Amino acid sequence: MPDPPSAQLAPEGEPRALDRDGLEIAGRRLHSRLLLGTGGFPSLELLAQAIAASASELVTVALRRIDPSARGSLTDLLADAGVQLLPNTAGCHTARDAVRTAQLAREAFATDWVKLEVIGDEDTLLPDAPELLAAAEELVADGFVVLPYTTDDPVLARRLVDIGCAAVMPLGSPIGSGMGIRNPYNISLIREAVDVPVVLDAGIGTASDAALAMELGCDAVMAASAIARAEDPVRMARAMRAAVEAGRLARTAGRIPRRLFATPSTPNEGLADLGPSGPLT
Amino acid sequence: MIVLNGQSSDVRPGETVAAVLRRLGLQADARGVAVAVDGEVVPRPAWQTFALAEDARVEVLTAMQGG
Repeated sequence: MPDPPSAQLAPEGEPRALDRDGLEIAGRRLHSRLLLGTGGFPSLELLAQAIAASASELVTVALRRIDPSARGSLTDLLADAGVQLLPNTAGCHTARDAVRTAQLAREAFATDWVKLEVIGDEDTLLPDAPELLAAAEELVADGFVVLPYTTDDPVLARRLVDIGCAAVMPLGSPIGSGMGIRNPYNISLIREAVDVPVVLDAGIGTASDAALAMELGCDAVMAASAIARAEDPVRMARAMRAAVEAGRLARTAGRIPRRLFATPSTPNEGLADLGPSGPLT
Repeated sequence: MIVLNGQSSDVRPGETVAAVLRRLGLQADARGVAVAVDGEVVPRPAWQTFALAEDARVEVLTAMQGG
């Protein structure tokens, strides 16, 4: 894999405008830059432990038909955890379904925040851009705080922001693939293209992917399968938390430029004269 | 016949949304629950009064784990 592009590709003198404490979405300040998806955890107990280990304050939930025989309440668990819910529209394939689902989620969870997903392809679960734009426009008009799951297309990201989305959530690679960030260059371009938070969503496989997202300038990372389906989800939640913090620190610290040749880190000045060079005798 | 969450049901026309929720063992103020009838959201304040028509399609939804 070629070297990922870095902040060095940004224009010289670019202000690190996002170097600030905490993440702010639609006026709400979050201390954690890790969003957690609740799907795929083997048990509600592990989910609760992973939420605690991740320190995430914003977690996604889906809306599905109620199962009266289900054991344990996800709603109660998340209320006890003190996290803010981010309902998603997973499984929706049309703007109409996504809008209805968001409206139902608003009724169920008393939040007007929504992670907007409109899926266009079953194999890749890639977003359907025209339907996504249509749904986002309608939901913004209906007063929602819309966080759209989108492709890594800077133009689409800007269109979504132009119609009023509160953040954009570009994918690194397909949902659940664990393939990491396939086009880091585009993620950097999205960061330059919009003035709302960029949340890297989908494709995160392990901690280094999350750190890279932050180094590229993302404001937050969303992880679901990478944590939930890890052999030890609670340990991976800790790893993701550390990686997001590390990546954020590295981004704001300003990394060194990449160079083709070595640059000595030890000065040559003051080097001792140890006689003529030659073979060891 | 009234269809409840995709299954035929013995819910009678004229029953309210609140009555359907009671059948499912839910309180009238159940948090984390939303109801749609014929594809349209039934707001929480209307649950007590919204009477179901014949052939209504009722969806009772709640939080599930999801990314």
